[in-house]
Amino acid sequence: MDTVWGDNVAQNIAFYVIAAIMVVGALKVVTTKNVVHAALYLVAVLTGMAGQFILLGAEFIAITQMLVYVGAIVVLFLFGIMLTRAQLGKDPDVDGTTVQKTSGVLVALVLLVVMGYAIYDRFEGVELAEERVQPTAMVADSIFSTYIVPFEAISVLLLAALIGAIVLARRD
Amino acid sequence: MLLTNFLMLSSILFCIGVYGVLARKNAVMVLMSIELILNAVNINLVAFGVINGSISGHVFALFIVAVAAAEVGVGLALVLLIYRNRSSIDLDELDLMKG
Repeated sequence: MDTVWGDNVAQNIAFYVIAAIMVVGALKVVTTKNVVHAALYLVAVLTGMAGQFILLGAEFIAITQMLVYVGAIVVLFLFGIMLTRAQLGKDPDVDGTTVQKTSGVLVALVLLVVMGYAIYDRFEGVELAEERVQPTAMVADSIFSTYIVPFEAISVLLLAALIGAIVLARRD
Repeated sequence: MLLTNFLMLSSILFCIGVYGVLARKNAVMVLMSIELILNAVNINLVAFGVINGSISGHVFALFIVAVAAAEVGVGLALVLLIYRNRSSIDLDELDLMKG
């Protein structure tokens, strides 16, 4: 490591730029008073997450992230906002009381300090491998051999969730 | 690239999500914060998978994406039902089971 940026300058710059966008977006998600804007900031965070997965060499997860999260889950959220007739524009009634907010900030800060200390205590200076792209074929092999039982369980879970959502939401 | 970069980013997003869950009272906003938390964990799984040269991290990240999709589907159906019954998705007003 010769510079502050390390060996892969471009990757590090990309990481910090995307990370900054994600953190600002996430803060906006939890602080904005406009429900629709919160969903759109969530899109920024989730897209940034896909970028980080590409930096980690997990391209299949990055694409799944874009398809499932940005494509489906955010649309679900927008439907949820629409069907509960949330106020379009500023809604003063989305935040809790000051006590709830203060305790939220306190809990989040304590959690961050504890986790940050643990991370730096154990993993400081650990470098990721240069060659870290894992072929998608390996993911498929792993899912359909080692993790076949959890995979089937996930399939049943998705089916159950789908039927459950229909049963809950239908009008009768 | 340093592993701590990814782990810290994940922790920061996780804590922001925790704050959102605690401080919001609109049910849809709370669900969004839960999505933030689930996503933050995914980065950790993939980063540790890369460090250990194992593909399991990727597989678990995919499982979490699937579970998050199921969670959001049922969660929004519940929110819709609550809205239909009480014309409000204010979580502070849901005190029916309070003793």
